[in-house]
Amino acid sequence: MSNIEESKFEVQVDPVSIAPVNPRLKNFKDFYGRLRKNKAALVGLYVLIILFFISIFGYLDTIFGFTGVNSNATNLAEKLQKPSAEHWFGTDHLGRDIFYRVLHGMYITLGVGFTATFLAAIVGVPLGIISGYYGGIIDTIIMRIMDVLLAFPGILLALAIVSVLGGSTFNVTIAIAIGALPQFARIVRGSTLTTKNLEYIDAIKALGARDGKIIFQHILPNIMSPIIVNTTLFIATAILSAAGLSFLGLGVQPPTPEWGAMLNDGRNYMYQAGHITFFPRYDDRYCCSCI
Amino acid sequence: MTNKLLDVNGLKQYFPIKGGFFGRTVNHVKAVDDISFHINEGETVAIVGESGCGKSTTGRAVLRLDEPTEGSVIFDGQEITALSKSELRNIRSEMQIIFQDPYASLNPRQTVKTILMEAMEIQKIGKSKKERTERVIELMETVGLQRHQMNRYPHEFSGGQRQRIGIARALSVDPKLIIADEAVSALDVSIQAQVLNLMKKLQREMKLTYMFISHDLGVVRHISDRIIVMYLGKIVEMGDTKSIFEKPQHPYTKALLSAIPVPDPKKKSNRIFLRGDVPSPIDPPTGCRFHTRCPFATDLCRTTEPTLERKDKEIDENHEVACHYALDIERGIHKAQYEMHNAREVLDDEDEVIEA
Repeated sequence: MSNIEESKFEVQVDPVSIAPVNPRLKNFKDFYGRLRKNKAALVGLYVLIILFFISIFGYLDTIFGFTGVNSNATNLAEKLQKPSAEHWFGTDHLGRDIFYRVLHGMYITLGVGFTATFLAAIVGVPLGIISGYYGGIIDTIIMRIMDVLLAFPGILLALAIVSVLGGSTFNVTIAIAIGALPQFARIVRGSTLTTKNLEYIDAIKALGARDGKIIFQHILPNIMSPIIVNTTLFIATAILSAAGLSFLGLGVQPPTPEWGAMLNDGRNYMYQAGHITFFPRYDDRYCCSCI
Repeated sequence: MTNKLLDVNGLKQYFPIKGGFFGRTVNHVKAVDDISFHINEGETVAIVGESGCGKSTTGRAVLRLDEPTEGSVIFDGQEITALSKSELRNIRSEMQIIFQDPYASLNPRQTVKTILMEAMEIQKIGKSKKERTERVIELMETVGLQRHQMNRYPHEFSGGQRQRIGIARALSVDPKLIIADEAVSALDVSIQAQVLNLMKKLQREMKLTYMFISHDLGVVRHISDRIIVMYLGKIVEMGDTKSIFEKPQHPYTKALLSAIPVPDPKKKSNRIFLRGDVPSPIDPPTGCRFHTRCPFATDLCRTTEPTLERKDKEIDENHEVACHYALDIERGIHKAQYEMHNAREVLDDEDEVIEA
């Protein structure tokens, strides 16, 4: 009885239509509403959030040792064991527990992917906007440099940069970011060129706005969508590249449990103990597909 | 004597065409080629002509949205073309522009309030945020929008309402001159009338001066005091609205006016059909630019460029025309080389001959 009354009450007073809606909040609601209709995207988002917390847990675990496991400690007595109740993902050729290595290595792999992408966006977006907005000789110089970067395949360029700078987590991040620069700069330049010729930009120029204001308040908000799309897409690529570079031995140095490096370690024992490569590999793919 | 608010002298606007291996400038589009006119304070001057004749370019050059190639633009006694960027910024509030496309002229990411507030902030109008907000409400009411629509985004408005927002933005900085670049062309006819009447009302109340760029002669007749007719980057005729509509002197103006539809099905229209297309402004014809399409053209027209001057002393003193034969055509001395009113039939006949 009371249920019916309650539902009636809800129909009569629709809080959304009466309350003054903050435009930003409304936009977020629209966005979430659309996202909810896309089941695959929603699942991806939730898994990604869970993965994010797991990786933070893994990172804190390496510092504070909640689980009391040192994933770098070798135990040759237990080497190359199959997955069991004791070692969920089995052990590798040095008897290290793969489950904990995957857990502890997660923040490195994901961290490199995200950091590299944001570095590329932070440098690439301004380059693209400047090049598109001012045009002329500035445009030519920036875009020719980007063309040079674009001429090399991403992984090859990253290889070259890492071999010059030396292999470390930080250098891998830089290398991947540089490889991604032209992609960002080109997309942003294109969008800027379209946007800057629209009449509202002329209108604001006629009002006497300065270039900085035009760029930050009028061009940037209107080219956000391609930037966001490109950023999200590139995070997946960056994670794979990071793992790839480590696999080639140029990224994160052993014994740090980075997924790519773990793959490389397990490679020699693939026929005897396939599980060593299985878990890092599929976790890697799994993360990327979620993104 | 009324005060000249805008005085344009010998204005040229050439756009470079880049080409070749090193992107050198190979040629120029002569969008506006040496035009001079003035606009008095409180007056509405319409610039008419077909698309591509340089009407909009003139408006943009006056505002220095594109840097003019040559010539002088004197606004309220100040030489606009000589101003530095920051000096120009200060004078920007005096002249504003209303654009053609109400869908492209408002930033889709800003609410109406943000758009208007920003305009005032740039020109430092109003002392506090509160004062500006009050002015936003006042402006919205002036252009016929409601105050509760203040926090809406442009996509929530109709075309006519958006154009009103555009007008409110232009008014927000208290301008003297408003350049209306095809301001009503994108609206449907009933809304056009509303917006035009609003503009007229605002002109009376705020003593505005309009430079009204349009291709719609019906609209122009309704709103303007004087008309400038342009063809291929040149002024061909200039005069008071009444005089232009009643006694057009240039063959191009006559053709243009004959194209206005008459809302009477029984009345036989005496439309003048021009032959051919508008020539390219990259390489305009020598002499009179209209000679390639003019039924009255002679060798003189092909070699010598006519000057814009007052020809017929009997008609209004402001009426100037750039045609060698304006007077002779008027008196019936100079006849057309071919029949102008049945061009369609002639073309059909020619097609038949070609097919046969």
